Amino acid sequence: MVTLLYFASLRETLGCSREQVALSGATNTVSSLLDQLRSREGRWTEVLAPGRQWRVAVNQQMADLATPVKPGDEIAFFPPVTGG
Amino acid sequence: MARVRVQNEDFDVGRELDALTHGRRDVGGLASFVGLVRDANDGHAIHGMTLEHYPGMTEKALEDICAQASARWKVLDVVVIHRVGSLKPGDRIVFVGVASAHRGDAFEACEFIMDYLKTRAPFWKREDTPQGTKWVEARASDDSAAQRWAKSGR
Repeated sequence: MVTLLYFASLRETLGCSREQVALSGATNTVSSLLDQLRSREGRWTEVLAPGRQWRVAVNQQMADLATPVKPGDEIAFFPPVTGG
Repeated sequence: MARVRVQNEDFDVGRELDALTHGRRDVGGLASFVGLVRDANDGHAIHGMTLEHYPGMTEKALEDICAQASARWKVLDVVVIHRVGSLKPGDRIVFVGVASAHRGDAFEACEFIMDYLKTRAPFWKREDTPQGTKWVEARASDDSAAQRWAKSGR
C-alpha cells in the first residue's frame, strides 16, 4: 500500500485529500502509478492528464515521472506552488 | 541553524529581527523581507485569502532552502516564518530574516530564499474575490526569478 495525498485545486476537483492504494504489479515509478490512477474513472484521467499542470512529491521530496515508488511511500499530487 | 515556522498567528517583525542578533557581536548586516496580502491581483479585488500547505513537507522544503542559502553565502543565522489559514489584505504572510557579517551575503541570501520559497515550498493561495473564490495560478515570472540563481552561479 502507498498513501496518496492531494492538495489545493487537485484535492477539490478529485473530492479526495488522502487515500490508501495498493500498487498494481507493474507499478514501480511515479509514471506507472499515474497509469494506474488514470485507469480509474473520468476525474482522475482528466486531472492527471499528461499536459496538465501538476507536481508530484514522493516522501515529501519533489519528484518526477522517473522517481521510484514502493509500498509504504507517501506520494502527493498538487498544482504548482503559490506561497510567499 | 535555520529556524523555520509555519503558523496561523501573525508575527512581530521587530522581535524577529532582535532575535537574529540577540547576544552576538559578529553580525554586521541584517536583511529581511516581509510579504503582505494585497487588496487586488491581476485587476480584480481581493477580500481575503486562504493559504493551504503540505504539513511535514513544507517545513522540510523551507529547511532545505535555508541550507542551500547557507552553503552558498556566509550566513550566521536565518529565520523563515510563513503563515497559513485565513488572511486579509494588509496582513503579513511571510518573513525572511538573514544575519551575516556583511550586507552582500545577507541581501543575496534573503532574496534567494524568497525566490526559492515561491517556487519550491508547498503552499497554495486561494483568493476571495467579488466573483467567488479562486486558486491563484503560478506565475512564470516566479520561475524565472528562481532560475536566475542557477545561471549566475552564485
